[in-house]
Amino acid sequence: MANVKVLVAKPGLDGHDRGAKVVARALRDAGFEVIYTGIRLTPEQIAEAALQDDVNVVALSLLSGAHNTLFPKVVELLKEKGLNDVLVIGGGVIPDADIPGLKAAGIAEVFTPGTPTSKIVDFINANVK
Amino acid sequence: MEIVDKLLNHSRLALSKAITAVENEYDDAVKIMTEIYPHTGNAYVIGITGPPGAGKSTLTDKLAKEYRKRGKTVGIVAIDPTSPYSGGAILGDRIRMMDLTADEGIFVRSMATRGSLGGLSQKAGDAVKLMDAFGMDVIIVETVGVGQSEVDIVKTADTTMVVVIPGMGDDIQAIKAGILEIGDLFTINKADREGTDKLNIEIEMMLELNPEHVGWRPPINRTIASKGEGIEAVVDSIEAHKAYLIDSGKLNDIRKKRIKNEVEAMLNDRVNRYIDKEVIQTQEFDDLVVKMQSREIEPYSVVDDIVGKVLK
Amino acid sequence: MAFEEIKAGLEKYHAEVEAKLVKNPERANLVPNRLYTPVDLGENFDYMTKLGFPGEYPYTRGVQPTMYRGRFWTMRMYAGFSTAEESNKRYRYLLANGGSGLSCAFDLPTQIGYDSTDPMAEGEVGKVGVAIDSLADMEILFDQISLDKVSTSMTINAPASVLLAMYIAVAEKQGVSADKLRGTIQNDILKEYAARGTYIFPPKPSMRLITNIFEYCSKNVPLWNTISISGYHIREAGSTASQEIAFTIADGIAYVEAAIKAGLDVDAFAGRLSFFWNAHNNVLEEVAKFRASRRVWSKVMKERFGAKKAKSMMLRVHTQTAGSMLTAQQPNNNIVRVALQTAAAVMGGTQSLHTNSKDEALALPTTESVTIALRTQQIVAYESGLADTVDPLGGSYYVEALTDKIEAEAWEYIKKIDEIGGAPEAIAKGYIQKEIQDSAYKWQMEIEKGDRIIVGVNKFTQEEEAPKNLLRVDGSVGKLQAEKIAALKARRDNAAVEAALKALEAGCADENVNLMPLILDAVRAYATEGEICGVMRKVFGEYQPHTTL
Repeated sequence: MANVKVLVAKPGLDGHDRGAKVVARALRDAGFEVIYTGIRLTPEQIAEAALQDDVNVVALSLLSGAHNTLFPKVVELLKEKGLNDVLVIGGGVIPDADIPGLKAAGIAEVFTPGTPTSKIVDFINANVK
Repeated sequence: MEIVDKLLNHSRLALSKAITAVENEYDDAVKIMTEIYPHTGNAYVIGITGPPGAGKSTLTDKLAKEYRKRGKTVGIVAIDPTSPYSGGAILGDRIRMMDLTADEGIFVRSMATRGSLGGLSQKAGDAVKLMDAFGMDVIIVETVGVGQSEVDIVKTADTTMVVVIPGMGDDIQAIKAGILEIGDLFTINKADREGTDKLNIEIEMMLELNPEHVGWRPPINRTIASKGEGIEAVVDSIEAHKAYLIDSGKLNDIRKKRIKNEVEAMLNDRVNRYIDKEVIQTQEFDDLVVKMQSREIEPYSVVDDIVGKVLK
Repeated sequence: MAFEEIKAGLEKYHAEVEAKLVKNPERANLVPNRLYTPVDLGENFDYMTKLGFPGEYPYTRGVQPTMYRGRFWTMRMYAGFSTAEESNKRYRYLLANGGSGLSCAFDLPTQIGYDSTDPMAEGEVGKVGVAIDSLADMEILFDQISLDKVSTSMTINAPASVLLAMYIAVAEKQGVSADKLRGTIQNDILKEYAARGTYIFPPKPSMRLITNIFEYCSKNVPLWNTISISGYHIREAGSTASQEIAFTIADGIAYVEAAIKAGLDVDAFAGRLSFFWNAHNNVLEEVAKFRASRRVWSKVMKERFGAKKAKSMMLRVHTQTAGSMLTAQQPNNNIVRVALQTAAAVMGGTQSLHTNSKDEALALPTTESVTIALRTQQIVAYESGLADTVDPLGGSYYVEALTDKIEAEAWEYIKKIDEIGGAPEAIAKGYIQKEIQDSAYKWQMEIEKGDRIIVGVNKFTQEEEAPKNLLRVDGSVGKLQAEKIAALKARRDNAAVEAALKALEAGCADENVNLMPLILDAVRAYATEGEICGVMRKVFGEYQPHTTL
């Protein structure tokens, strides 16, 4: 029985956790095991938590505009720790223009405001390794 | 096995992947456990249980830090219930332990109950063994004290601590029935709240009535875990209990009993799975059920028959 | 008055409508009743106790006698990004274009008491607001803006004392004395714990800082609004309208209790308490919310705290249109949403208003989009007629019934929170957070099931090109601020800084000391915000959030 484990985390200083919490609950209701780690985390804390819980997915949420710095940093640290097949997704107030850069840095998909949670569930199911 | 070598060489990634293997029942899980078994038996295992909202994870976080201060490495297995509706779970303990991630001497693993009754205690037990083999000095298993399987898990610990909080009203009655008798020590958390003294007296009274505690009287500590108050005393009590178990020779008995329980559970599990696969899920069995329903045959000789075949 | 006649007529009307519903069905999921009549207000609806007159208890119809017939609300645009230099330009632009007050947005490191060079600040410097590290930045921020002429609102909470001290120090340098300063600090820590997340210290020292500010300002900065008790972020986090005002007023009760406990007379500070509401999408519900909130607060102040002065009982409110209701899809639609939200705030009787820009679901607003948002307020003020009479919806059967309903729901929550032991305890137990989250989840599921329509999101969607010309704040701000801090530390009198910080540390350890003068001394010596908050972190510790899902 291999359940999908998802770490939902907010890197940086942004305290807007409405979206992260709604997504965490929706993922639980879709049958995933969700580890919600709260706000104000460093990329290192997120990567280490992902390692210890051996999660399949890391879902990052950020509304402050610091995504270009912090999202790639999480990916980098995951790789450094040997977690090469973790699916990393991101969400928040993220301009379209930033998305190609984030994808190139290893963020599998970016979900902007207005995305239904079912779309995130579908994406995880289709892409989780 | 490579993964076992790496685990014994302190690879955190290998430890994590090995726990996943037992948790998900991967094919190599049994082989991993077989190979690490000789390297286990060194860690001291603490079980923590109590009602939801008692502050167990915050307390666990603080206890881990106190043990680190005392030079011990700490493994934590934090168990949360799986939703019976969706099969999903919110594993909410880690959020109270996020600053532990900065410490190489600590490893926290969240586990969901996944509705598996007997299987959970075995999986949690295996996770403890893996952390033990990895070299953790102290391993804390933390779980909500509802449901028998969770109680089974903490019962296998060397020291079991029950956490309660004041102001739960009649809840104390429910807890009494279930988990109070398994506590080697009690911690009243959130002890700055009204009702702490009353709760203390209630536990005292209950301990008076319990004849099992000969030679060791469970101490009752008070903490305010969120402020880190009273933590040292709790660790002192755990250590005192450990010393008592060693001096009295009871630690040996506990661990012997644990191995017995584990093997018994493994046997039951194996037999159950075998019967399920070879008997229950067969067409032949379905046919028998139909015949029983129409009263052509009766179940007692059917069971005799099957047992005769299975346990030949 | 033929009340019975109306009742009978109403029954007849409903019966006739119901009979035809199969042929002429109504839309699904409608929350309000079909029709509102005097029956909904009850036979004994008492105008004087429920409504009264504008500027009179219980202030349902507004806090001033003539409302916007005298002066419009303050058009206060929330702004700030990048460096103090950049933000200063935006402020002067807004003032030159008819903005009547300033509203400072600080970046997250500033809001959480970190210098731009702190490792925790990585990636965040200058992003959601302006980066302020020391008095030197604050001097640049208000360069060529006379602080005796403008009223300034600062969205700052945990380190509110530090930023207020910087503002006072800038004024000193301009030759403006503190008693001339007008403006507001948000200073509302309870909603940070519950909904917004920019807390630093645990509740007890945080409440002390707040009462220290109340006391200091009542003597030295008498025109300053010392707190803006905020429902805005509670609503943004997903609460309902009733929850927004109930949780916020419960927070307000906690602040008043803390100040009274600290020995202040209620009428000495209560007149400087202000509130901050969200203007959400449902126009009439929002109008009712504003009206209900004034009624509840005035009763709380009069009956619970025995306030005597009229000013102590008035709920004066700043409003911002709902940021979370802006959509990234078809962003031009947001202009319309903001216009309706503006109408709600104005008909609700707000004292000041920030209107969001259409592109804020995508990035920080450009100058062009900010201008549209400001013009929206001006159109509502000058063209719509909504501001020409006081409380224009007073007497509407629907709005009065809705006002009563929201008031009743708010009292219910306040009672529940009292039973738990007050707002701080309800937050410590996670009760308020859980209520908000449940509402947020319900809202999202309604959208996903199609029970709630958001135009352009789950209906009337269309393919569109990515919007262009978004405002970008690049990473160089962090570097720039780091250089500024290094230069400052080289030129300031470091011995004086150290002495001031030492005095502050000693003050923190003694609960009877008012920290405002000590913070002001440290600010004047050009201690950085991170240094000042660092000292307080050392003594007070940091807040550990209670997170439930």
